[in-house]
Amino acid sequence: MSASSENTGFRDTGSWAGPELVQALRERFGEGLRAQSEAFGEQEITIRREILPALARCLRDEHGFEMLLDLCGVDHLGQREERFEVVYHFYGLAANRRLRVCVPLSGDQPELPTLCGLWKAADWYEREAWDLYGIRFAGHPDPRRLLLYDAFVGHPLRKDYKMKARQPLIGPGSRHEEDASHV
Amino acid sequence: MEMSPLQHEMGLAEPFVTTKLDKVLGWGRKYSIFNYPFVTACCGMEYMSAACSRYDMDRFGAGLPRFSPRQSDVLLVVGTITHKMAPVLKQVYDQMCEPKWVVAFGACTISGGPYNNYAVLQGIDQIIPVDIYIPGCPPHPEIVMDGLIKLQAKIQHQKHEV
Amino acid sequence: MSEHPGVPAAPGPRPTEMTLNMGPSHPTTHGIVRLKVQVQGEEITDCDLEIGYLHRGFEKMCENHPWNQCVVYVDRLNYVSPIINNVGYHMAVEKLLDLELPARGQWMRMLTSELMRVCDHQTCLAASCMELGAFTAFLYLIKGRDLIWEVLEKIVGARVTTSYTRVGGLALEPYEGMAEEILSLMPDLRDINTEIDKLMTDNRIFIDRTRGVGALDRATCLSYGFTGPVARAAGIEYDVRVQHPYMFYSQLDFDVPVCSNGDCYDRYLVRLREMEQSLRMVEQCLARMPRSGPVSVPDARVTLPEKELVYTRIESLMQHFKQHMWGHMLAPPPGAVYHAVEGGNGELGFYLVSTGAEQPWKVRCRPPCFGITQALKEMIIGRTIADVVPIFGSINMIGGELDR
Repeated sequence: MSASSENTGFRDTGSWAGPELVQALRERFGEGLRAQSEAFGEQEITIRREILPALARCLRDEHGFEMLLDLCGVDHLGQREERFEVVYHFYGLAANRRLRVCVPLSGDQPELPTLCGLWKAADWYEREAWDLYGIRFAGHPDPRRLLLYDAFVGHPLRKDYKMKARQPLIGPGSRHEEDASHV
Repeated sequence: MEMSPLQHEMGLAEPFVTTKLDKVLGWGRKYSIFNYPFVTACCGMEYMSAACSRYDMDRFGAGLPRFSPRQSDVLLVVGTITHKMAPVLKQVYDQMCEPKWVVAFGACTISGGPYNNYAVLQGIDQIIPVDIYIPGCPPHPEIVMDGLIKLQAKIQHQKHEV
Repeated sequence: MSEHPGVPAAPGPRPTEMTLNMGPSHPTTHGIVRLKVQVQGEEITDCDLEIGYLHRGFEKMCENHPWNQCVVYVDRLNYVSPIINNVGYHMAVEKLLDLELPARGQWMRMLTSELMRVCDHQTCLAASCMELGAFTAFLYLIKGRDLIWEVLEKIVGARVTTSYTRVGGLALEPYEGMAEEILSLMPDLRDINTEIDKLMTDNRIFIDRTRGVGALDRATCLSYGFTGPVARAAGIEYDVRVQHPYMFYSQLDFDVPVCSNGDCYDRYLVRLREMEQSLRMVEQCLARMPRSGPVSVPDARVTLPEKELVYTRIESLMQHFKQHMWGHMLAPPPGAVYHAVEGGNGELGFYLVSTGAEQPWKVRCRPPCFGITQALKEMIIGRTIADVVPIFGSINMIGGELDR
């Protein structure tokens, strides 16, 4: 296996935020920053849930991260002590740098503050994370399911949700059919 | 009575043709298919190819898609049907007038295809009757043509209510 | 209503408000979304957008399949340009494994990606022109797409769902005479672009329907996370191939078309010009690609042996089996990576989490049209029902990647 340290340009490795940004954030938020990693050349910070809104605002207004590129939930069931995690990918256009922010959440009913007021993109991403992982975003203006239907029970991307479990709206196995069979 | 050149050509001894009403109706209906493309996913790409100039479904009289179920007689179900979409499909089918036929276009509509999971309906025949299954993921336009010809044969040979 | 130039205010009392349901199966939505619009006469006052009708459980399927087999599901995300998805996903896996492809494999990936980008833009323009009544443009563009697909069928073996890449390489070697065949297509593809240019760019009807329609300002676009042609139409100079060049994109000579108004017309222009740039890149790839050499990493732990050798050599047979049996398959080291490529619609990123197992723990796709479709609501409020058609066409919503 060839070493990527030579950097022949196969993958771009220079477009992630450098350690100076993490240093600045650490001075500002102190203990709020739990961990930092540069694995695979990607700048990743793990933070406490409480500082998320302040950190996000700081990133956007003071460090030029204008875009919330991605937001997703992860279920670490059986892997980590804190079961859930929400992963944010920020991008600053002018400085051309990315940053990943991870927010671990404990418990089966995780909740963290919304970022809808800062980025419009957060709206649907957070609804999606609620839909698929059951992660609540406090203060979200429209906390409905996004991809699945209202009658759906549970959150399918949780690791304890079976892949082949079915909840059809019509047809064999649907609740409507079951009701008819009782009559 | 004198015979026209056409009758000579067709070897018809008499200036009229005898047939059954069913056959005439079937013949008329099979060459004037108005399809409702219920396009949801990847198969729509091949549906576009099949409908456009290179493969041209119009050669079989199926060139005019109608986007109102009330004006169409063949429901082409093109692409994955999820549980969320299934009631919509059922409603569209119910809105179509008789006689009507249903074509399951692609693996997902036949059996759920590669998606055997919580979200996807495992074959549209669980909720509506299907006349022709066109396999493939997605089917090549030539297979679509083949399916269409088979549908025409089916229409020709079935009993038609008047 | 009177705010729209050229549309006089209707005389008499204001019509009462009503709710209109468009979709999920609607002729002007060539994808399945449901728009519940509040209209006052012709003017849209509010809108609720419902998506998810094509949520097929992409992530759940990937979490239950080996790393290499996920490519099948990855194809079906953006089914208009599947090879770009393949490349994006596998480059992310290769990042986990710290692999680098041989030069010929990289050039092939770029070549096919750019062909796919042409297909993507052709399909988008075809559909949006047709919905505005320009059926001729639709037929021309789909003809062009079929030309590409026929070559693609020879390269890959499939027309739409390609599954072309593998971890550490490609599924197949390029065939003999491929370069000549692709080059012979170039004049035809350029002709089609010229025809579309002549048909649409100065077309009065097209301009009236699209110019100034659906425009969002730069700040709003950034807030929604716009990338790709729609962002570039609004003056955001962001292209993953330029800002984060991967493979040999930094060595290619190409321009990134940028407009400033951000309306449907500019989106059309950007896509039309990008097709020309992609064709240029295809030519450069063909000129610079090594004519021989491996396309996959020569590493027995990663790539499959040649089929011929599987039948004749015991080592190759074992290698083949080990890569297909649970317990012996490819297992990247634990970790999380994000890798993005420029998809047909913008930044197509994959965030993978590995626990060191033979199947991914998580495969997250950052769908480029997600934020753009979300902004549809803001684009259509205050406009008329007829404006929904060009706006929806120009954002190029692809159900597979939007709903996953």
